[in-house]
Amino acid sequence: MAHSNKKIFKYLIPTFLIILYIGYASLKIANATIDEQHHSDSTSVQHESTIKVVEEEIHEELEHIEHEAHASKEKLNAGKLIMEHIADAYDWHIATVGQTHVSIPLPVIIKDDDGLKIFLSSRFHHGHKAYKGYKLEEGHIVAVNTDGTINHEASFYDLSITKNVAAMFIAVFLLCFIMFTVAGSYKKNGIAAPKGIQSFVEPLIIFIRDEVAKPSIGSKYEKFLPYLLTIFFFIFINNMFGLIPFFPGGANVTGNIAVTMILAIFTFAITSINGNVGYWKHIFMPPGVPGWLLPLMIPIEIIGMFNKPIVLTIRLFANITAGHIIILGFFSLIFIFAEMNAGLGFGVSVFSVAFTTFMSFLELLVAFLQAYVFTLLSSLYFGMAVEEHHSSEHH
Amino acid sequence: MELVKPGIGLLFWMTITFSIVLYLLSKFAWKPILKSLREREDSINNALNSAEDARKLMSALKSDNEKLLQEARIERDKMLKEASDMKDSIIAQAKRSADEEGRKLIANAKESIEREKLNAMNQLKTQVAELSVDMAEKILRKKMDDRSQQEAFVNDNLKSISAN
Repeated sequence: MAHSNKKIFKYLIPTFLIILYIGYASLKIANATIDEQHHSDSTSVQHESTIKVVEEEIHEELEHIEHEAHASKEKLNAGKLIMEHIADAYDWHIATVGQTHVSIPLPVIIKDDDGLKIFLSSRFHHGHKAYKGYKLEEGHIVAVNTDGTINHEASFYDLSITKNVAAMFIAVFLLCFIMFTVAGSYKKNGIAAPKGIQSFVEPLIIFIRDEVAKPSIGSKYEKFLPYLLTIFFFIFINNMFGLIPFFPGGANVTGNIAVTMILAIFTFAITSINGNVGYWKHIFMPPGVPGWLLPLMIPIEIIGMFNKPIVLTIRLFANITAGHIIILGFFSLIFIFAEMNAGLGFGVSVFSVAFTTFMSFLELLVAFLQAYVFTLLSSLYFGMAVEEHHSSEHH
Repeated sequence: MELVKPGIGLLFWMTITFSIVLYLLSKFAWKPILKSLREREDSINNALNSAEDARKLMSALKSDNEKLLQEARIERDKMLKEASDMKDSIIAQAKRSADEEGRKLIANAKESIEREKLNAMNQLKTQVAELSVDMAEKILRKKMDDRSQQEAFVNDNLKSISAN
């Protein structure tokens, strides 16, 4: 009994920390609003410039509210809504209650000529205010001049912990936590039969080892196995988190081209580093090709070499993004029809929910399948790189 | 277009995070997990192999036993056959010797009978001769009163004796 209690605590602690952070963040938002009210109360005792600034702030806030009110009345733009949901963001939106957005502000990190600038994205007030020379414009950070116009020439690196980065952190934290727990129980149990979460992870590990790595790489598979397992579980856990519609899911990590691109670049780099003589010979001196064809064949082979990571990038990105778009599209349908007639909206919601449920099941499959496909293709590329070429079979 | 433009921030964090995750998991998760899996598989394979060996040993023992049994059976059959042969030969020999003995006995008996018969004949002959001599004496005493008759009689008797 005591043992199982201890186990529960192990899982409860991270959950509790996350909840604490949400609470802290929402409190901060509430405080910010109170602070502004407080400022406006005490303006009489401060000098005029402050009054002016505060007035401006209030004015902006009012404009903001008006804009929000206006926005809520304007026709639903499903395309924009979907794009906003699958794109990256500087805060983690949790819910909108009335006119108040409940969201977790995430840290903004900007590296420019003046050095690092780190502050919470709540400073931007959802794009209504500039802070330290930067402003949120259409979901992007842009540099602004002192008069408030956008400075297109400014060069800076935006290294912010965006929603996707934060979601990825949570996912990898959980992944490491799970895998270390599993590794611990392997160390403890030795060669005994798997128990608990081991039983879930072990078939996947054996599947990757026996069905993916061994057949496609051959005898040298052990060298690549840690990487293959890492990308498989990394993609799988991020895909699964992407399917959770609210915090800590809801981000579109593996549906972001930057993430898939880095994964593909890792695969490409490992392939190129481990490529043996046969592999490079196949690209730059394709065996069995007549001499006059070489000027044509070599560029094709080189394009083929770079084509592989590009295909990997786009396949994962497109599959996951498409799934998100379809689910969001079904939900948008409800509101599009509800705008025509409330009853129609309710009627459509039945079908939308049914279809979304179906799609979610499909997405569960896709989440696994895309992780598997990415791993399989990576291991096939590794297999090509380390394959022993026999010159005799080409002539 | 917005979707296919990778953001520099995400590229940066992704590279760092993924490298760290790859390192940590490879070192602290995959290594022990794969090692344990390999150990477990090895031990299972060993167990299966030793079970197979034991099975082979058992079947070898069984076939050995079978062979021994077979040999014993053959031995027994051979012994039985020998015994029966011996019995037959003993019986045959016994029969042969009994026959011989019998024949010998019969021959002996025949011989002694022959001898007894010869003895008896001889005795009979002597008795008959004595009797006939006695009779002849008596008859002669009665008849041999004259000389001629005596002579005729002796001649007749001599004739009949020589005829006998």
